[in-house]
Amino acid sequence: MAEPILAVTNLTKRFGGFVALDGVDISLAGKERLGLIGPNGSGKTTLINCISGALFNEQGKVNFEGSDITGTSASNRARLGIVRTFQIPRPFRSMTIIENLEIPMKYAASGRLQQRHLRDQAMESLELVGLQDRADENSANLTQIDMRRLELARALSAKPSLLLSDETMAGLSSSEVDEVLDILFALNERGVAVIMIEHIMRAVMKFSERIVVLDAGKMIADGSPDEIVANPDVERAYLGE
Amino acid sequence: MKLNKFWPIIAALFLVGIAFTMVVDNEYYFYAAYAVMQLMIMGIAWNILGGFTGYVNFGSGGFFAVGAYTTVFLHRAFDAPPLLIAVLVAPIVSGLIGLGVGYFTLRLKGVYFAIATLAVAIILETIVVNWEYVGGAGGYYLLIPEDVVFFDSYIEWLFVLILAITLIAIIVSRYLNSSKIGQGLAAIRDDELAAECMGVPTLKLKLISTTVMGGLMGAAGAPFPYFITFVEPASAFNLLVAVMAIAVPMIGGTASWIGPVIGGLLLGTIQETVTVNISSELNLLIVGVVLVGFISLAPQGITGLYQDFIHFIRKRRKGNG
Amino acid sequence: MTELFINAVVSGLLLGGFYAAVALGLSIVFGRLDIVNIAHPAFVIIGSYVTFYVNENFGLDPIVASFLFLPLFFLFGIGMYRFYYVCFERTGQESLTGLAYFFGIMFIIEVLLILVYGVDYRNVQAPYIGETLWINDWVPLGNFKVSLPYRMLVPFIVASAVTGGVYLYLSKTFMGRAILAVSQDRIALQLMGADPIKVKQWAFGIAIATAAIAGALLIVIHPVEPSVGRLYIGRVFAIVILGGMGSVSGTFFAALMIGIAETLISTFIGPSWAPAAAYGILLVTLAVRPQGLFGRG
Repeated sequence: MAEPILAVTNLTKRFGGFVALDGVDISLAGKERLGLIGPNGSGKTTLINCISGALFNEQGKVNFEGSDITGTSASNRARLGIVRTFQIPRPFRSMTIIENLEIPMKYAASGRLQQRHLRDQAMESLELVGLQDRADENSANLTQIDMRRLELARALSAKPSLLLSDETMAGLSSSEVDEVLDILFALNERGVAVIMIEHIMRAVMKFSERIVVLDAGKMIADGSPDEIVANPDVERAYLGE
Repeated sequence: MKLNKFWPIIAALFLVGIAFTMVVDNEYYFYAAYAVMQLMIMGIAWNILGGFTGYVNFGSGGFFAVGAYTTVFLHRAFDAPPLLIAVLVAPIVSGLIGLGVGYFTLRLKGVYFAIATLAVAIILETIVVNWEYVGGAGGYYLLIPEDVVFFDSYIEWLFVLILAITLIAIIVSRYLNSSKIGQGLAAIRDDELAAECMGVPTLKLKLISTTVMGGLMGAAGAPFPYFITFVEPASAFNLLVAVMAIAVPMIGGTASWIGPVIGGLLLGTIQETVTVNISSELNLLIVGVVLVGFISLAPQGITGLYQDFIHFIRKRRKGNG
Repeated sequence: MTELFINAVVSGLLLGGFYAAVALGLSIVFGRLDIVNIAHPAFVIIGSYVTFYVNENFGLDPIVASFLFLPLFFLFGIGMYRFYYVCFERTGQESLTGLAYFFGIMFIIEVLLILVYGVDYRNVQAPYIGETLWINDWVPLGNFKVSLPYRMLVPFIVASAVTGGVYLYLSKTFMGRAILAVSQDRIALQLMGADPIKVKQWAFGIAIATAAIAGALLIVIHPVEPSVGRLYIGRVFAIVILGGMGSVSGTFFAALMIGIAETLISTFIGPSWAPAAAYGILLVTLAVRPQGLFGRG
């Protein structure tokens, strides 16, 4: 792999006595689409938290675009281009939909984005997710799918080079899942590397160029979708012995 | 809100204030106006941390007292320097203390932060009670200077001074409200974790918030010793200060800079009317009841009610048109 | 010096036991229901004043009296919770607004008490107030004299009994266990046939009922005036947080610790520093170990 955009080495995260992640190594190339799967409790969200900076790892390093970002705050990482969506969407409820986008545009993307004509740029992101007609609506009372759309639009507005998508499709209908997939593909077209955590297998299989499997905090497989499906360790992790 | 109308209004208010001192003779009006404006500043200050950033705190009274006691300390240490010096120094002292307190307490979330600020205020009070140099528990007397430059009496000078501080507080608050910082604060208030992950440097902004609050509270407290001429910890650190600082913005509206101004005007007027005509205890009761009423039934305050009203009218119009 | 120290520790223990009774209600409400009732000390003061009224007008023993008007406080607690629920929990308001609400309530209570009773200190009459038990009458301690004033010993015993009673109630009865469960798993509770709102209501009622007794104990220990409640805010929060949120036994031991710490500081450094003791401990706990000593982590 050419210089990877993200290199996680020997990452270990403990909560008291419980070891959530144990010496995980992952690397990601620019513009790559990586699927991250594993049974419940295997540490996927913890890994996302450690990469995005919401949690700090006890051991190991996180390297982004060639620099060591271990220990830097989440807001700094967002400004470097690492952006995440949340499993349960977290809109800024006192703001309208378009105002929600102004936050990442002005803060996370402040180095990468022209700070003029922000409304036009925000509308572009809204168009990608299909919320452009509701830009001035308040964000507090949206449906589940609309909140996911807003979550993605907001992540987009931060002009990321790496997007961490944490179960964005959970609980959505089949057509809604396809919609989100289209948005993620479009994002990827624009040069954004994506790590996708999902339980919806068909989405993971369709989207990922490569899949990493976690089980009980350890990485047990790393390969193409076909390789993963055929991997007996993966089957054992999900189904038990 | 108003953009290019704002600055002319501010200038006009200041000039009108000065004009009052030349035209109005009855000193009572200046005392009353001082009390009202002091409330406004306290409400504006609290609102920056409590309303804009969403960090409710009960310790703001402590910073007010720090401002007051800075004046007392300077008065004793430098043999009664001009009040203007204290007014410039006090916000720096209370702002720095605000920064320090923030640095240690902002790691706590929500409720724990609020309780911690109360603890800090009580500890500050205990320190002052035990500090004989500024009068300790017994208090400290100040003599009002006899010569007043430009004005007829000292209270007129205090009035203009606090008017200037109020206008500065409004300017600062409006700037924070409408700037990029204000948006960041609102994001922190709505969802701190999401804000952090969207690039908002939450700790830095929260510290700015606490420092400004501390500074403005200190500025409100600095002229206070000259206003009441006798300062003791029991009144400077009084719970009433903390309650008023919360009541003013919660009643007026916490979302914008104008809420505390409205709240201060309303509460100040009620306070003056009831205290003078009925009793001060009843006034406190009314304040308490109105505060609780607004918190329970109209948490967005008067400005919130006003906005709901506007929405309602608009909907009616759309329905009819 | 040693005698002073021993007396201070014993005094602190007795005081701490009483503090546990004051903090008990907050431990339930803050620790289990996540309601930040900063006005709890104010309710205790109401208890003190009601005790005073009954004691002065009917001559009843203050502590016995409190058990008599305890049901009133219980009902009052239920009413308070219902109002709180309608205004805050149902609409999903932040617990911070609820906190500001109780702050306002606390203020109103204090002002009402001033309006009705004025700012003079009030106290109660009871046969054991003013009498002292000397331990060295019973236990040979050489030259040391260790005193246990009855006005502190009786509250300590009652407070310990009440704490023990609440502890048993929470762990043994269905409603008690439902209260413990309601913070952890609403849905499971509903599946078990208990209405979470009724459970919380009941818990709040119990908490305010304990305030009635604590109020009676308070006015036995020392005279009361309306602003006394404020001194207790820091203490009760320090105790509840230090003891680990919602743990009754933790609350009791934390209360003893704070009682001893305060008395030692008061005796050896100075009584004017005593109010800061609990607040200082609170800040240190929040900084170092926010889940408390016995907390659920």
